Amino acid sequence: MTAAPLLQVEGLTTLFRTGRGEVAAVEDVSFALAAGEVLGIVGESGSGKSVTALSVMGLLPEPPARIGAGRIRFEGRDLLAMPARERRALRGAAMGMVFQEPMTSLNPVFTVGDQIVETIRTHDRLPLSAARDRAVATLARVGIPSPARRMQDYPHQLSGGMRQRVMIAIALACAPRLLLADEPTTALDVTIQAQLLDLMRDLQTERGMGIVLITHNMGVIAEFADRVLVMYAGRVAEEAPVEALFDAPRHPYTVGLIGATPTLEGTGGALVTIPGTLPRLGDGLPGCGFAPRCLRATAACRAAPPPMVEVAPGHRVACLHWDRPTPGEARAPRVPA
Amino acid sequence: MTALVLRQGLLGPTARRLLRHPSFVLGAVLFGTVVVLALAAPWVTEVGPNRMAVRLRFQPPGEMFLLGSDNLGRSMWSRVVWGARLSLLIGAWVVALNAVFGILLGLLAGYFPRLDGPLMRLADALMAFPAVLLAIGIAAALGPSVTTVIIALAVVYIPRTARILRASVLVVRELDFVQAARAAGATDGRILRRHILPNCMAPLIVQLSFVFAYAILSEAVLSFLGLGAAPTEPSWGILIAEGRSYIREAWWLTFMPGAAIAVAVLGLNLLGDGLRDVLDPRLTVERT
Amino acid sequence: MTALLALEAVEKHFPVVEGVLRPRVVGHVRAVDGVSLALNPGETLGLVGESGCGKSTVGRLALRLLAPTGGRVVLDGTDLAALAPAELRRLRQRMQIVFQDPMAALNPRMTVEEIILEPLHVQGRRDRQALRDRAAELMERVGLSPEHLRRHPHEFSGGQRQRIGIARALAPGPRLIVCDEAVSALDVSVQAQIVNLLAELQREFGLAYLFIGHDLAVVKHVSDRIAVMYLGQIVEIATKAELFARTLHPYTRALVAAIPVAHPRLRRPRARLTGDVPSAMAPPPGCRFHPRCPHAEARCSAEAPALRPVLPGHAVACHFAERFLPSPPRPNP
Repeated sequence: MTAAPLLQVEGLTTLFRTGRGEVAAVEDVSFALAAGEVLGIVGESGSGKSVTALSVMGLLPEPPARIGAGRIRFEGRDLLAMPARERRALRGAAMGMVFQEPMTSLNPVFTVGDQIVETIRTHDRLPLSAARDRAVATLARVGIPSPARRMQDYPHQLSGGMRQRVMIAIALACAPRLLLADEPTTALDVTIQAQLLDLMRDLQTERGMGIVLITHNMGVIAEFADRVLVMYAGRVAEEAPVEALFDAPRHPYTVGLIGATPTLEGTGGALVTIPGTLPRLGDGLPGCGFAPRCLRATAACRAAPPPMVEVAPGHRVACLHWDRPTPGEARAPRVPA
Repeated sequence: MTALVLRQGLLGPTARRLLRHPSFVLGAVLFGTVVVLALAAPWVTEVGPNRMAVRLRFQPPGEMFLLGSDNLGRSMWSRVVWGARLSLLIGAWVVALNAVFGILLGLLAGYFPRLDGPLMRLADALMAFPAVLLAIGIAAALGPSVTTVIIALAVVYIPRTARILRASVLVVRELDFVQAARAAGATDGRILRRHILPNCMAPLIVQLSFVFAYAILSEAVLSFLGLGAAPTEPSWGILIAEGRSYIREAWWLTFMPGAAIAVAVLGLNLLGDGLRDVLDPRLTVERT
Repeated sequence: MTALLALEAVEKHFPVVEGVLRPRVVGHVRAVDGVSLALNPGETLGLVGESGCGKSTVGRLALRLLAPTGGRVVLDGTDLAALAPAELRRLRQRMQIVFQDPMAALNPRMTVEEIILEPLHVQGRRDRQALRDRAAELMERVGLSPEHLRRHPHEFSGGQRQRIGIARALAPGPRLIVCDEAVSALDVSVQAQIVNLLAELQREFGLAYLFIGHDLAVVKHVSDRIAVMYLGQIVEIATKAELFARTLHPYTRALVAAIPVAHPRLRRPRARLTGDVPSAMAPPPGCRFHPRCPHAEARCSAEAPALRPVLPGHAVACHFAERFLPSPPRPNP
């Protein structure tokens, strides 16, 4: 990548104040996103994927949250060093966000039209009629039938899929250059999920946005991402172009995650599993967060967090034993032609 | 360290959170003081509440009488402390009746849809009257006595308690573990007893603490109006009623029992707020 | 083989009541509308569909946690509706349920031991020591330490709570377990553990599962046969291999096409379903899928297709199912 990245996160550490002192929900996370690229962040509960997105947007309540270290640059400007007003002006205009739960992310007492128009007028000083026209056009673009009539609807009058389209419309109304989507399809049925992923793909090609897509679903990653960040216990476990990740996952956690996901192509039989349970926030392990569940783990793994190793161009792994698969653990899945 | 271990070991996490909640602690101290003094009445008072000393009428609060003396020279301290016994006793009875009938009616209405309509319409009808007015009506109809006060206040507050319990039952009965118990073949009685009621206790306890406070207040109103206990048994309401005639000359006759009521009610309300915060933060209790 | 569980034209219509002063029934949500299926001993029947299709209601009707408004539910040859309440309670030992939400499924006020033994307690078992041994044995069987029997549900992770829910379902020695989205709420790495555990338990105890889910990939993984539901009705039912070799109903085809690919190289543009599922209060006339079906013809909006066998072990509710056969079925020699 030669051009300056759209979004660059370096060494991000986000802390939360809890009953047991401050714990890191995200630790030393770095990644970059180019314009027109889709970066998938995949992880399970407690991996820190959502906190990473909220840290970028500046939407975490402080306290209890606090950015402990790191830098977040958007188009070269340091978001963390910026006055709150400037950051707010970026939010919703240059950077949009879509959340998981389309019911609670919309205000139930305002019409859909009010909410889009409000977002537009917060950022662009347009006359009301022009803002309305743009709102209708955006609703039409996200595939809402008879958009002018839907403007008068309240959120509860729409289905879950329609509400999520409205959320995307709100996020897109000011033509953002970066879109963060936090589990945007998790609450929806698969047929609706497929429609929305198609829609996001189309919009992305059309507008050249950078998208950060956060999900727990390896299928959504396989379907949609260009590059993938695998997170576990608040840290980046592996980063790779999407095909490389599925062809040759290097981190034992990634291998397990791919193997544990049932697929339509699968043959049945026992699924590959990762033994043990997910870590909890603030377990405070000194070493690799995955070590307690890892068959490759050695004393060195438990002593200090493993450094990121570049194993191929653009493919980085935080594992001391990335080239040493252990018998009994998941195998890399077969590669379809 | 040992103390800490003991505290950790003997008290559940809920109790520990309660002890860290400032309004619960303050409320418990205020109300606890009132309860302890009431229980210890024979030992903390030198003279009985009805012991007259006509020469020492209308003594202001001071060395002779801590809280002053009344028109018959009776110690206000003694009368307020002994009065606490009756006021708290009435409050406790009202709470007990509320617990029993509120639980029964709340469970039935919440669990059996067929009973829900009739029971709740009845509750609505009772709740349509202002609480104190309804209590006055019932007490007037039954004739003045301590029992009357208890029955009247119970009738007034049971619908409110039942409604709160019913609301929790409606939520809990839909949870999967209740379905699991049904799938296992549990009877309705067992489901209500083992699965639903224990999970509805938090709002109930909070509500009962408020009922206690309202009962003390309402008892004072009923007694003040002459619908409560006989004047020979001092309750706080009676003390205020007796002192009313002398309010210009001897403010302490009304102020002291009034202050006792305020302390007890404030203590219970703070305690209830603390319980609500700790037991169920989402709960909004019906403030009657 | 006689079926362990049979649903015969089962219906569940929930009345919709409107009006505060004079409530009246203004319509019915036809959550389940004429579902017939049979589950054999030791078999897993997957029941798949999107939210609101009635699959969970079918699970609850099968266990008679809900009473059907039409049709019969027969367990081991016994019509559940014909049983007296006490007989039904006794029969419940043979059928159990595992839920989706591992937090709501366990009574937070009870210890794990009380939770697991509850199905035995309600059947009147009182032999303390035997029960305690049984609880410890069940804990071990689902991969938990018997030392944790005295703990409360909140002390466990989601996957562990799901194991407790499974132990409770196993306690009375059932022959049928309804798994209602039993792995849907779990993280992938934990979901795989529970899927494997369910498979082991099935082999060991000869259990039959009615496995209800919305994720076709998971349902495919665990099931022997699969039934696909849409708007309260079964649109296609077949053995797993058959269903995926010859997917005949247009809705099933759309469902398969909507599943995200397993590998980025498999990405391809695919036909997508448009629109949303219509309301179950006023389902479309004729075939319920016709307003969204890319192949719909005039007949589809006029005449409701019956679920009919098209191939051995493969029934489809579509007038034109034969058109989707890869090659014309050869006549039997």
